[in-house]
Amino acid sequence: MLEFKQVTKRYNDEKAAVKGLNLKIDKGEFVCFIGPSGCGKTTTMKMVNRLIDSSEGSILVNGKDIKKQDPVELRRSIGYVIQQIGLMPHMTIKENIVLVGTLLKWSEDRKDKRAKELIKLVNMSEDYLEKYPHELSGGQQQRIGVLRALAADPPLILMDEPFGALDPITRDSLQEEFKKLQKELHKTIVFVTHDMDEALKLADKVVIMRDGEIVQADSPEEILRNPANEFVEQFLGKDRLIQGRPDVTTVGQIMLRSPAKIDVGDTMRAAIAKMRERRVDSLLVVDSENVLKGYIDVEIINLNSKSNASVYEVMESNISPVFEDSLLRDTVHKILRRSAMYVPVVDKSHRVVGIVTRASLADIVYDTIWGDGLELEKPVQQ
Amino acid sequence: MIEFFSTHGSDLLYKTGEHIYISAIAILLGILVAVPLGVLLTRIPKVADSFISFIGILQTIPSLAILAFFIPLLGIGKFPAIIALFFYSVLPILRNTYTGVKGVDGNILEAGKGMGMTNVESIIKIELPLALPVIMAGIRLATVYLIGWATLAAFVGGGGLGDFIFDGLNLYEPSLIVAGTVPATILALLAGQILSIVENKFKPKGWKEIQTN
Repeated sequence: MLEFKQVTKRYNDEKAAVKGLNLKIDKGEFVCFIGPSGCGKTTTMKMVNRLIDSSEGSILVNGKDIKKQDPVELRRSIGYVIQQIGLMPHMTIKENIVLVGTLLKWSEDRKDKRAKELIKLVNMSEDYLEKYPHELSGGQQQRIGVLRALAADPPLILMDEPFGALDPITRDSLQEEFKKLQKELHKTIVFVTHDMDEALKLADKVVIMRDGEIVQADSPEEILRNPANEFVEQFLGKDRLIQGRPDVTTVGQIMLRSPAKIDVGDTMRAAIAKMRERRVDSLLVVDSENVLKGYIDVEIINLNSKSNASVYEVMESNISPVFEDSLLRDTVHKILRRSAMYVPVVDKSHRVVGIVTRASLADIVYDTIWGDGLELEKPVQQ
Repeated sequence: MIEFFSTHGSDLLYKTGEHIYISAIAILLGILVAVPLGVLLTRIPKVADSFISFIGILQTIPSLAILAFFIPLLGIGKFPAIIALFFYSVLPILRNTYTGVKGVDGNILEAGKGMGMTNVESIIKIELPLALPVIMAGIRLATVYLIGWATLAAFVGGGGLGDFIFDGLNLYEPSLIVAGTVPATILALLAGQILSIVENKFKPKGWKEIQTN
């Protein structure tokens, strides 16, 4: 869809703003460029629609070198949204939305139809079409700014900190809306931001830049899990790395490895003895292959006082385990939602390998909040 | 008074018409030249400032002198009068066009360019409409001044209300001077009023309310 090949930008022979950049972006991918100011992220984006021309290298859109295309034609085929919104104050919302259509000499009917279609996408009523930009709130204006970029249905949309100037609440809801919209419409998005939360929330791929070079380009999960170097770590901030941890930690990493178990063929007497020995109030019931069958706890034993009965007769088989390689965050929800005291952990063939208890969750929460001790007291670097 | 109108009435109407004609043509020429020139200057900012100050200096030449200079070049009559007045209409319109177009929000221009507007489209669809209030103010100013200066046209045989004033001066007849001055003043005020109404009419709706906010 979009490919950068050894792209370099030099202003007046000074230090290069962008150096030998190579990147491939697939169709439908949501890519966020992020980095400190002056890192070249905006320059990189503006080279795509030739608001800035690259000095060396080539940029291909759908396999075609953009340098060989007429810049005006090129820009009309690429959506563009800027931070300052830039709606035309002297045009109605409708005229603003279909501005590219006007440039492409669409008929009035077609423009009307398109404007009505589009304004529905952001849940605004058609009444707004006849209003002027200053009659709208900032959030509404930027919704129109996004629609304007979508008007001619371009496959690729460039966005330069589009939500940066909005208040946090509006920004949040616009981000959600937009992410949803992007999934529906399957557009390729190049999104420049300096807000890491925004990038992690929206992007399929985050491209971290510094001094005109790509430091790391990966999925948000991968970046949180394996920051390429200290710069990325610092840029993410300790805070996010820790917050990010439950997202990528698997159950296997934090489970207790020796849960109290009892064989399905044992008697209740043996079960009580085991509970006393392990100082627990509940046992996982397994068969000879170590496959989870159910559980038994003090309450059940109390109700069935025949101590000769086998565990198999009285055990509760309604128990849902989690898999060793599932993500911790799902497990946390499971435990908290069901107000269960613990969740057994099994491998692919349902053999018990461990257990996650509320106590082990407490450890995680403690880690998340307090981290590795004092390091959190450093201010978070943006 | 009545006596004056009975002897000079038709003459007064005729001269007023002439006066309007001279001023209107000069202003129209001024607009035709100064607006495009002003827009052009915004595209070459390096020369713009020095060019505008140069025109400003030219404009300080007394109007009577300009008219005198034009006699050997263009002869006498309405034509040199119109040219001389046109010369004075350029600066206010040029300066306001330049300032107005320059003052258009750069973000709006970038949005337009990013969406694939050509230079011409950007000028016609964005810059001129948004600069219109400022340009119109320049035109109004130029018009009001010009109607006053147009009395000088009589000096080179251009006609207009100036004829009364010159006749009055030559004949020591104050009533003729008044007969030239008062209509010229009324014309100037009227033109100013009409143009500000036009200006408001042409201001796009969305823009009007921004400015009052």
